[in-house]
Amino acid sequence: MITIKVLGSGCANCKKLEALAHQAAESMNLQAEFIKVTDYAEMMQYNIMSTPGLVVNEKLVSAGRVPSVAEISTWLADAEMAS
Amino acid sequence: MTTLQVPSHIPAARRVYLLVALSAIGWIIAYNIVQPLADWIAYSAFGLSTDSRLGQALAFFFYDVPKILLLLSGMVFLISIVRTFFSPERTRSLLGGKREGLGNIFGAILGIVTPFCSCSAVPLFIGFVEAGIPLGVTFSFLIAAPTINEIAVVMLFGLFGWQVAGLYILSGLLIAIIAGMIIGHLKMERFVEDFVWKVHRKVNVDEEKISWEDRILQAWTSVKEIVGKVWLYVVVGIAVGAGIHGYVPADALAAIMGKQAWWSVPAAVLLGIPLYSNAAGIIPIVSALMEKGASLGTVLAFMMSVIGLSLPEAVILRRVLKLPLLVAFFATIAVAIVITGYLFNWIL
Repeated sequence: MITIKVLGSGCANCKKLEALAHQAAESMNLQAEFIKVTDYAEMMQYNIMSTPGLVVNEKLVSAGRVPSVAEISTWLADAEMAS
Repeated sequence: MTTLQVPSHIPAARRVYLLVALSAIGWIIAYNIVQPLADWIAYSAFGLSTDSRLGQALAFFFYDVPKILLLLSGMVFLISIVRTFFSPERTRSLLGGKREGLGNIFGAILGIVTPFCSCSAVPLFIGFVEAGIPLGVTFSFLIAAPTINEIAVVMLFGLFGWQVAGLYILSGLLIAIIAGMIIGHLKMERFVEDFVWKVHRKVNVDEEKISWEDRILQAWTSVKEIVGKVWLYVVVGIAVGAGIHGYVPADALAAIMGKQAWWSVPAAVLLGIPLYSNAAGIIPIVSALMEKGASLGTVLAFMMSVIGLSLPEAVILRRVLKLPLLVAFFATIAVAIVITGYLFNWIL
């Protein structure tokens, strides 16, 4: 089970990122829990400076941009290997 | 945009460079045929006389739209490449340990080159404060970042020339530096929301390694995104501007937007506040107004107000700033813009 957090206040890019992460997890047939983090104090624990941010199993993998599905898939695969 | 077919046996990295080179050549050719093409469309294809109002308005429109869109794509591409070298994290470490004064100058300059969107203003603010960067320096950055907007700079360059674009950048920098210093001296730290001071980072981010191919691809993505978002404003703005250019008599606006009308600068600033995010459409109109007697200081003040004083950003910043500081922030910028407007009306 992988935990995927999308950090962002609800801007257009945050929603795009969330959709892409869903798409990546589905295409890999992964059991994943999605959490939306909109609280700034909580967001800042991951030390991000620009939104949207993507956190996989408590590790910040990208910030300030919308990565591609291929990139997200690699991060998800890494996280699954590690767990 | 035409898609270029590149033979697939060339390695991916080299293919990216080849595409960049081909696009650059295409860009230069396109930029040079814009003027003759616009004249041909208006005066030959439509058969209008060079003296007719409609002919002039059409030639203006067919020249400015492709010119501005080409400039916009080219400049956004270059600026985006530069910005891949200045992540917010990098900027923060560059600003760390800087005192006020020099720090304000650095903050304002870094505000131009660091990628910024107002939806990220809050995490950025917290990140700066948490790293111990003085409040005044943080504000110099936060003022410069949205005010000196690349779209505005490109449009000013295309429609008014490099002098006005340069003046705009310079006065934006001065406003950011001075307003940041003033806010720093007001010692308003207690008006930052309390939770900001309690944030502590749990994990550290490794700086991402980016290759040149990635930089180019990222820049290409932002060209598509930005031009895709503003092209319609550019077209509509230039259409209205072309109408004014062809039909409104010269000096019609001197009385209300000229130097003689002392109230025109503050009025322009007030008018600019609710007009956020339409900079791309407003600049061509303003450029036409200037031909008809509006003065440069008034026009610059108006544009900076449109771009720098945005209500949505105020709402976002309210999450981290208590009301007195938010008001001080906006009032300082507004006053600085008004002074800049008067200054240019007086000098030029």
